[in-house]
Amino acid sequence: MITALILVPALSGLLALLIRPNPPRRILLLATAITHTGMTAASWFSTPTPTLSGWLMIDAPGKLFLTITSVLFLFAAIYAVGYLARENYGRRSDFEENTGFINAPEKVFSGAIMFFLSTMTLVAASQHLGLLWVAVEATTLASAPLIYFHRHHRSLEATWKYLLICSVGIALALLGNFFLAVATTTPDGSSMPLLLNELLQQGGRFNIPWLKAAFLFLLVGYGTKMGLAPLHTWLPDAHSEAPSVVSALLSGALLNCAFLAILRAQQVLVAAGQGAFGRELLLFFGLLSMAIAAVFILSQADYKRMLAYSSVEHMGILSLGVSIGGNGSFGAMLHAVNHSLTKAMLFLVAGNIVTAYRTKKTNEVRGMLRLMPVSGGLWLMGFLAITGSPPFGLFLSEFTILKAAVDGGSNIAAIAYLFLLAIIFIGMMTAALRMTQGLPSDDEVVLPREYPFSLVSPLALGLLVFSLGVYIPPPLKTALQEAARVVGG
Amino acid sequence: MNIAISIIDMLLAFLLAPLMLGIINRTKAFFAGRTGQPLFQAYFDIRRLLLKGAVYSKTTTWVMRAGPIVGLSATIMTAAIVPFGGSQALLAFPGDIFLLAYLLGLARFFTVIAALDTGSSFEGMGASREVQFSSLAEPVLFLGLAAVARQTSSLSLSGMLQAVSIETWITGGPVLFLAAAAILFIFLTENSRVPVDDPNTHLELTMIHEVMVLDHCGPDFAFIQYGAAIKLWVFGALLTGIILPLHTGNNLLDGVAAVACMSLLAVVVGIIESTMARFRLLRVPQMLVGAGALALLALLLALR
Amino acid sequence: MTNWIDTVMVLIILSNLMLLGSSRLAACIRIVASQGIILGLLPLLAHEGGIDGHVVLLAAWSVTLKGVAFPWLLTRAMRDASVRREVEPFVGYTTSLLAGCAALAVSLWAGNRLPLPFAIQNSSLTVAVALFTIMTGLFVIVSRRKAVNQVLGYLVLENGIYMYGVAFVQKSPLLVELGVLLDVFVAVFVMGIMIFHINREFDHIDTDQLSILKE
Repeated sequence: MITALILVPALSGLLALLIRPNPPRRILLLATAITHTGMTAASWFSTPTPTLSGWLMIDAPGKLFLTITSVLFLFAAIYAVGYLARENYGRRSDFEENTGFINAPEKVFSGAIMFFLSTMTLVAASQHLGLLWVAVEATTLASAPLIYFHRHHRSLEATWKYLLICSVGIALALLGNFFLAVATTTPDGSSMPLLLNELLQQGGRFNIPWLKAAFLFLLVGYGTKMGLAPLHTWLPDAHSEAPSVVSALLSGALLNCAFLAILRAQQVLVAAGQGAFGRELLLFFGLLSMAIAAVFILSQADYKRMLAYSSVEHMGILSLGVSIGGNGSFGAMLHAVNHSLTKAMLFLVAGNIVTAYRTKKTNEVRGMLRLMPVSGGLWLMGFLAITGSPPFGLFLSEFTILKAAVDGGSNIAAIAYLFLLAIIFIGMMTAALRMTQGLPSDDEVVLPREYPFSLVSPLALGLLVFSLGVYIPPPLKTALQEAARVVGG
Repeated sequence: MNIAISIIDMLLAFLLAPLMLGIINRTKAFFAGRTGQPLFQAYFDIRRLLLKGAVYSKTTTWVMRAGPIVGLSATIMTAAIVPFGGSQALLAFPGDIFLLAYLLGLARFFTVIAALDTGSSFEGMGASREVQFSSLAEPVLFLGLAAVARQTSSLSLSGMLQAVSIETWITGGPVLFLAAAAILFIFLTENSRVPVDDPNTHLELTMIHEVMVLDHCGPDFAFIQYGAAIKLWVFGALLTGIILPLHTGNNLLDGVAAVACMSLLAVVVGIIESTMARFRLLRVPQMLVGAGALALLALLLALR
Repeated sequence: MTNWIDTVMVLIILSNLMLLGSSRLAACIRIVASQGIILGLLPLLAHEGGIDGHVVLLAAWSVTLKGVAFPWLLTRAMRDASVRREVEPFVGYTTSLLAGCAALAVSLWAGNRLPLPFAIQNSSLTVAVALFTIMTGLFVIVSRRKAVNQVLGYLVLENGIYMYGVAFVQKSPLLVELGVLLDVFVAVFVMGIMIFHINREFDHIDTDQLSILKE
């Protein structure tokens, strides 16, 4: 079953590159997404057996992140079908600079996005840290062509930065893996395989300085991929230049996968009794990410970049939650779910805005509620959600983390957390309110049509976000608690 | 007995040094498809110059007359320090590396001030270039020699080069190889060979060494030529001492082997001169820093 | 045996120094290719448990990738972009060489001081040279403008990390090592494509001028 989860999207991706006409390819995309979600849902009922002698196994955090990825991909695929059908593949005019550009061929997009799903599934299922590394690097490579879908110089610049920064970061993570191998070497000179459950059992016998160095490199390396400041510099560019579907997947699924890799490293640290060291580092990076995101959100003129910086902030919150431990970890897991759903919805709606208004600047978009009622409503709702207002899911998760912080006595962290959340709220809500209210300016040629394919996904996601804010179904709650416990809270 | 060997080595140096210049020139001619100068042309040139009279400018002082003499005497002293063919040098003592470097520096200093004494701007230009390059080359020479000294645990040139054997090459091969490479660069720099300086150029703007001695003639020029030949021999002896690992113990065989190695070195220099173009002046410091990196690497490896 | 490893380490140090000092892109590509080939052969020399099929396969795969595939990809990218030299890097060549020497001294010092939990049978130079190679790679990425040079820096960085792997990990699973190599290959492949596109878009491959996206 696990192999099927990984191989089905990969083979579909290959097939997508071979199919000539477009409509069958889009059907293939939808079919793959539905199959993948179906198999993931099945894994909730009957745990799939580990394969590859224990290298691939779905444990609690893996299941959680796999589900998020799968659900997100399903909605993204639905949106993408409509998006790809509307995209013009001849010469187009870039609305920002009036230069001409073309799109990549659609088969590249479809193939790459399905490989992307396959590699993210591999990340969620890996129990061997070496295989995990290979999978994370593979996600970078699979997503690069997706960012470069609109072939103009800004997206080229964004893709180049993404490739180089993430590859260097992940190379450092490989060094961390090697340090871990040194730390886990038994006295007679043979090294332990980097299988997670074996590492967790032998925790007491690790060489502590090497283990700490390994964690540092793994954190910095995978943190680059996750978007923790100050390693986040590729994030705003990549997310703002990629097509909105891709940004949704990047923010909602890929950052979580990198976070999962960091969580595995934290598991090993906790097993060796050095959990406090990891928690301090995570706290530092978490607060730093939130602070930098706050600064850049306040002065942001481009709404997609604003959403990207908001992703940086939320990754910081995830770090913060795990660093607090206990209830904080539970809050972080819940936050991962909520953030992914909300951010994906926001990016999909942003795609609608770009199609309609043909601009990415915040101050050129006015009167969304009148022109595009559904998208405008979802946009406003989404911004309320992402900044942590009740009754949405993010409020619950952020509150849980806050309570855990205060209960645990880290008052300074709690105060900083609240303060930064407030700043981000101000920054983002002013933008959102300005964009949605008011009258649309007359001199813009605006297409008021809202296409069904591009509305279904955001609506569904919005519904999920709202319902999670009101009620967490018990299976989900147990899964979250299980994941939090495994991670070491 | 040892002193006799050392004196014979010095006499060999005095006798055979100009021959090396001839070998280099013949090699270059061969590569250029010419017959070239006779092998002993350098001897004929020196003899011819010695028989000439000298003309001195009225603007020069005793410095210009002293320059070539001091240069030659300092260079001859270095021939007494550097061992040849695996035997002891005449004036060997611990720390004679520094004496070597400073004797060379003395010779260079007097050449430079003699050049400046003429008041000609061309000579000043050549002098400034020469000094710039040697200020970079001297530390490299020290580093290279320090690496070899550390590897052979001896601070005397004679001790160092006598200790170089096949065993030293096996255990400390990389160190000796890198040091030899660095000293080869220094050889090319100090002796004004291509790629640092073209000894055959007739364009004053491109000269470095020749332009400094442009105003000397007659016996002075003979001293300068002869001094240059001895300097070539001294550096060559240093290089062959590091490279050649053979010490059979029979002095005659060692001497013949060393002379053969020197000739081979001269041929190699001729090949380098024929196949490479001269570097742009701005690239020479870069090359010297590269040589310095090699020497530093050798030293770091030897210190390990 | 130890002496061979010593010689290999010295060759790698020399290749790093040469990379820091050269401005011609073709020469840089050749230097990195030769470094890759030498490194690919290193497991054959360093492996303690005798040479078996696993090691030979890995060595063959490394040598093919690093010695043949990568230079070919990068040379093609370079030729398509009609770029021959790195012009005006952020740090000049002489300074780069001096910085490289300083980095070498630091790595040799640090390599002697790393508290290894067990005796390493390989040359004690390996750790220091690996550290030096990593620093060289990062330095090249940061100080050069041309995109091809940045990819070369990334390859040198990967080489350095790979050397740590060879030095420390005696029995890394074949699958992981192959996976690592495959990943690097695909990374370089994708980067090569990107360089082609950068050149087509901008008519140059000066990444310094990719600075439109700010804030």
